[in-house]
Amino acid sequence: MSTTTEALDTINSGYKWGFETDIEMDLAPKGLNEDIIRLISARKEEPEWMLEGRLKAFSQWQKMAEPVWARVDHPPIDYQDLHYYAAPKKKPGPKSLDEVDPELLKMYEKLGIPLKERAILAGVEADPDERPQIAVDAVFDSVSVATTFRESLAKVGVIFCPISEAVRDHPDLVRQYLGTVVPVADNYFSALNAAVFTDGSFCYIPKGVRCPMELSTYFRINARNTGQFERTLIIAEAGAHVSYLEGCTAPQRDENQLHAAVVELIAMDDATIKYSTVQNWYPGDENGRGGIYNFVTKRGACRGARSKISWTQVETGSAITWKYPSCVLIGEDSVGEFYSVAVTTHHQQADTGTKMIHIGKGSRSTIVSKGISAGKSNNTYRGLVRMLPSATGARNHTQCDSLLIGDQCGAHTVPYIESRNPSAKVEHEATTSKIDEEKLFYCRQRGLSEEDAVNLIVNGFCKEVLKELPMEFAVEAQKLLAVSLEGSVG
Amino acid sequence: MSIVQQTGAAGFLACFETLKDALPGDPVVREKAAAAFRLLGLPGGTSARRSEAWKYTSLRPVAETAFMTPVVSGFDVDLSASTASFSRFAENPVFGPLPRPDRDPMVALNTMLAEDGAILRVPAGVDAGIVRIDSHGNGSHALHPRHAVHLGPGATLVLLEIATGTGGYLHNAVTEIAIGAGAHLTHIRLQDESRDAFHFATIYADVAEGGTYDGFSLVLGGRIARTEIHVGLTGKNAVAHMNGAQLLTGTQHADFSSIVRHAAPNCTSRQTVKNVLNGRSRGVFQGRIEVARDAQKTDGYQMNQALLLSPDAEIDSKPELEIFADDVKCSHGATVGELDAEQLFYLRSRGVPENEARAMLVRAFLTEALDLVTNDAIRSMLGEKIDLWWERQAA
Repeated sequence: MSTTTEALDTINSGYKWGFETDIEMDLAPKGLNEDIIRLISARKEEPEWMLEGRLKAFSQWQKMAEPVWARVDHPPIDYQDLHYYAAPKKKPGPKSLDEVDPELLKMYEKLGIPLKERAILAGVEADPDERPQIAVDAVFDSVSVATTFRESLAKVGVIFCPISEAVRDHPDLVRQYLGTVVPVADNYFSALNAAVFTDGSFCYIPKGVRCPMELSTYFRINARNTGQFERTLIIAEAGAHVSYLEGCTAPQRDENQLHAAVVELIAMDDATIKYSTVQNWYPGDENGRGGIYNFVTKRGACRGARSKISWTQVETGSAITWKYPSCVLIGEDSVGEFYSVAVTTHHQQADTGTKMIHIGKGSRSTIVSKGISAGKSNNTYRGLVRMLPSATGARNHTQCDSLLIGDQCGAHTVPYIESRNPSAKVEHEATTSKIDEEKLFYCRQRGLSEEDAVNLIVNGFCKEVLKELPMEFAVEAQKLLAVSLEGSVG
Repeated sequence: MSIVQQTGAAGFLACFETLKDALPGDPVVREKAAAAFRLLGLPGGTSARRSEAWKYTSLRPVAETAFMTPVVSGFDVDLSASTASFSRFAENPVFGPLPRPDRDPMVALNTMLAEDGAILRVPAGVDAGIVRIDSHGNGSHALHPRHAVHLGPGATLVLLEIATGTGGYLHNAVTEIAIGAGAHLTHIRLQDESRDAFHFATIYADVAEGGTYDGFSLVLGGRIARTEIHVGLTGKNAVAHMNGAQLLTGTQHADFSSIVRHAAPNCTSRQTVKNVLNGRSRGVFQGRIEVARDAQKTDGYQMNQALLLSPDAEIDSKPELEIFADDVKCSHGATVGELDAEQLFYLRSRGVPENEARAMLVRAFLTEALDLVTNDAIRSMLGEKIDLWWERQAA
């Protein structure tokens, strides 16, 4: 496809969500030391035990080294050249939308948040009769600006709030679970996160409760040079059910930004957690300048029998993605799922996949990964399936498919399969190919432009994953795929 | 004359210092290799340094053994069925360009201490029949043979290597293979070392346009063993087969690692590797298919399967695709499990005794790999070895 090569030079899809909101920020000085950590803890009005935990994590982090095994390449990160705390300046709660900072509202508009939700997000009292069915916790830089629907969730006993609030209001729950799935010393970035995390979501679904609505968070990185360190903790007690959505967009800027989030999920007996992500942070420009470094540790523990954790991700953004949402399947007959679409263009680098650690008898896992590389990007699937001696009768099936668009990109598959139980069955399949010429020809013959044809084929290629997304996200994700690949084919 | 070594990497380095003036070949290459080995050490040996290439295989037991370096060649070459020209590395000590002592620790060790090896040459257009190389390990000897095979354009050769021995010796061979345009090398290896021995075989093959490297390794022996194959498909339409089977029991550990590098368009690579693991054994498979930017129309396929016969056995498998060209067809598959209960039941219900039924199924599992050996006599010889292995398991 020589036309593809020619078109590569003219790729310029721009970044639709590249705006920066001008709101007064409360900013900590650059650098990372114990004083900054004390400052973060003080700003968050945290109890003493949290500060101790942070300082311990910080000293742990100082002893560790950045991991080098991923297929990503970037200049060394100067951790002293970042702001570790940024928060919009606090104002008394507005009475109506008119009193809300118009900049904030404009941002919500650009994010496509429905008007009613915008009001709630901005902290305006909502009309209880007209509730949309999504609760949104917007993380605007480091502080959750507002948490919606808390009351209606509270009626059924669901706690959904910023984690900083949970530390103050539900300290016992936080202490019981925080850091139990992703320990501080798990890896370099999780240690850093444990030391400096500023906000994120906390969600607790009590026994037997089916969360009445989809829970959702919008993450944005807004202030210049602010590393964003989110911390999310979701606990589903026995028989509980929750679906959580996370969507990301970030303003356009030149310097690379570090994002090192930690997400922990805990599912008890018969509980189900569904965690969906659409990640569309600024990927850098067509010359590979700028963009987000997304170094994320996401892990779920299926602690109870028949518990289930399902990760679905659509990754189109970030300059570098280093992300392996994992499941530790401890409970008997527990289930782990990982559905992923990763698209890379220009100079993006993605090293993403999952880990399925089978401990419980009869535990099952499914991995479906679709990688699409275009431009000069590199897209790696890296995954581990481990069957421990106790995982009698466990099952895993993995399917990894890669699609190459253009001859300057790379697609890589690196699965690790480790089994120590003969009755456990592991199956892994992977394919790499370019877009089928015949399919393209068929579509073109029926009057579709080449770009539309490629979009159609790519959407078909990803369908298995996209259908796992909640409705609200599925449509957005499809559009995102089209926008991300705009101009990649000639 | 023989030298009793200290343990660990230091032991080998000290041995090199004592022997180096007597070793054949370019001393600069030797010194460079020694410097690399000093840096790399024995993987998993003493330092905490971990390398991805040796993720699943630790050489700590090698590092803890005091070997003896004898001045013997340790192998016989049978040329009765071949017209290939043969010379010894001891007399013609040339270090070829393919091996990577700078990167691969066991190759650095070999390059530092290699004293002898078989050098085989087949001129253009000649079918040189079958060459057989038998190696014999003994006691606590450390052997580092350096073999080389050169096939001229259109040449054909079958190379059969059989490794046996008694004792807790170290057999650390490096083989460099150059396959000319349209030439065809069939490389069959039977690794039937002593159960107390350490066996490392690192093979580097370069295949020119239209040439074929057709390799098969049957791994039965060794306490810790590793077969490491690097094939470079550097000419158009070149073909590589890197097949193998590992049958392990007791506390054996065997690692089968391969990298095929598609560097030219229209090349084909095929790989089927089977592990049958009994007792407390551990099988490792690492296979990578690399496709370079220019290697359009690459066709790569890789399958690795493991059968765990015992609750204490372990398999670690890492099949990898690394692709930089877009017009390619590459796939790999991996399965891990035990004998199929339904198939077993089917055979039992037809009156086949359990042990026989299991033997049939294990044999059927291995046949897929074994059938890829095209030489009938060699295939049936390997088949007998497999049957014998199974009989010993059942006994």
